[in-house]
Amino acid sequence: MLINHPLLGPRDASEFSYLGNAALMNRPDPKSETAADDFYRYQYLRENPPGEHRELWFHAQGDRSWLVVTRNISTHEITKVELAADIARSAK
Amino acid sequence: MRYSALKIFKEAITGHKGWTPVWRSPEPKPAYDIIIIGGGGHGLATAHYLASKFDGKNIAVLEKGWIGGGNVGRNTTIIRSNYMLHENEAFYEHSLKLWEGLEQDVNYNAMVSQRGIINLFHSDPQRDAYVRRGNAMILNGADAKLLDQDGVRKQYPFLNFDNSRFPILGGLWQPRGGTVRHDAVAWGYARAADSRGVDIIQNCEVTGFDIRDGRCHGVQTTRGNISAKKVGVAVAGNSSRVMAMAGMRLPIESHVLQAFVSEGLKPVLPGVVTYGAGHFYVSQSDKGGLVFGGDVDGYNSYAQRGNLPVVEDVCEGGMSLMPMIGKARLLRMWGGIMDMSMDGSPIIDKTHIEGLYFNGGWCYGGFKATPASGHSFAHLLATDTPHETAKAYRMDRFSRGLMIDEKGQGAQPNLH
Repeated sequence: MLINHPLLGPRDASEFSYLGNAALMNRPDPKSETAADDFYRYQYLRENPPGEHRELWFHAQGDRSWLVVTRNISTHEITKVELAADIARSAK
Repeated sequence: MRYSALKIFKEAITGHKGWTPVWRSPEPKPAYDIIIIGGGGHGLATAHYLASKFDGKNIAVLEKGWIGGGNVGRNTTIIRSNYMLHENEAFYEHSLKLWEGLEQDVNYNAMVSQRGIINLFHSDPQRDAYVRRGNAMILNGADAKLLDQDGVRKQYPFLNFDNSRFPILGGLWQPRGGTVRHDAVAWGYARAADSRGVDIIQNCEVTGFDIRDGRCHGVQTTRGNISAKKVGVAVAGNSSRVMAMAGMRLPIESHVLQAFVSEGLKPVLPGVVTYGAGHFYVSQSDKGGLVFGGDVDGYNSYAQRGNLPVVEDVCEGGMSLMPMIGKARLLRMWGGIMDMSMDGSPIIDKTHIEGLYFNGGWCYGGFKATPASGHSFAHLLATDTPHETAKAYRMDRFSRGLMIDEKGQGAQPNLH
């Protein structure tokens, strides 16, 4: 798989390490009344459907940026690559 | 029909006209006592043990494709019980004991071959860890022997013992481990279950559950609605997809694991060897092919095929462990979809929906677990209590902090 890095262009997927679903960026509020249950769901439960999947890749052998890659996990086709920092900033 | 040497002889002299289909192809009935979703090794084993050990009647196995077409036909055929944690070791030892009696139990030649498995170690701390693991195995009634370098050399003289970075110092040997003809496991269980009246219904995909008032009353399928008192799901690889139809989210991600087989060679490997420094393991099939594999690719996938970086990694592991493998040509490679759970261990449990039971999360250890998984799941379905050796495999263990994390990797499914 080639990941089209927004800053560096197409890079081999083997340069990256994989974390999982991009929903892991949305950490629950630790001060919430339901924090224990929220963190259990955040940490352990996954939707895991086939088809399109937004996921976090870390450019460990490169510029050490986190990317949000949109990839079809039934075909491995990558359709979109964004900097996770951009997404986090625009969510604020 | 009972298979025996005499039967083969009789058929040989009468032109092989007396062989009949190995299982029936019945139409689905409108209602069953128990429905098993998934006609793979685990589902068929569950049906067999329900019918033979728990006096189950009126049972159906529903399979969306053909039986044995999933991971029971895609693994590397290894059986072993060399785990460290008690929750796992007792279960897998139960499984190994069932493997030992499988062929007599189902009257089918599954080519169970206890040729031994050696986990190699390459440093003093790794040896200490294997001593500890071996003791844990022995405490659970399994067999384990620590071999020094000479002990390994006697069995595998061609390994790269003097690798400057990862010299082979010895290994943890389980002589009762080995390999089994994987397809024959599915066929043998199917035939045995069928002979006790279990309906094996192929080309019947489950498209929904009939859940009312917190209870599962049956399933919708591509061949009509079927009602059931109890429904057991054994579809590892696709667990999340099937359980999503019941509105459940699981502590599971689907990942792809690749496996490889070389051209047929003369006998060279007497047993199964796992490399302790890289992720590589190898055995030789009875046809002569070297069957080997390594790690999962490491990203979510439902594609049943992997990518080249892991192929390269596995081949590097192979070359580093046994350089002569470089002379062999690769015949085939393939991928299978694993239920990777959040602690690397499986789940066999009731769900919060009454009458709906779940078996999955096998990571890449599903094949060796087939008999115990089927037996434990049958126990759960028949008695509503978990089997003695599977009582730790609960769905809620993650919320209660009772993870069974053999590798100590935490909630990172691609690292287990």
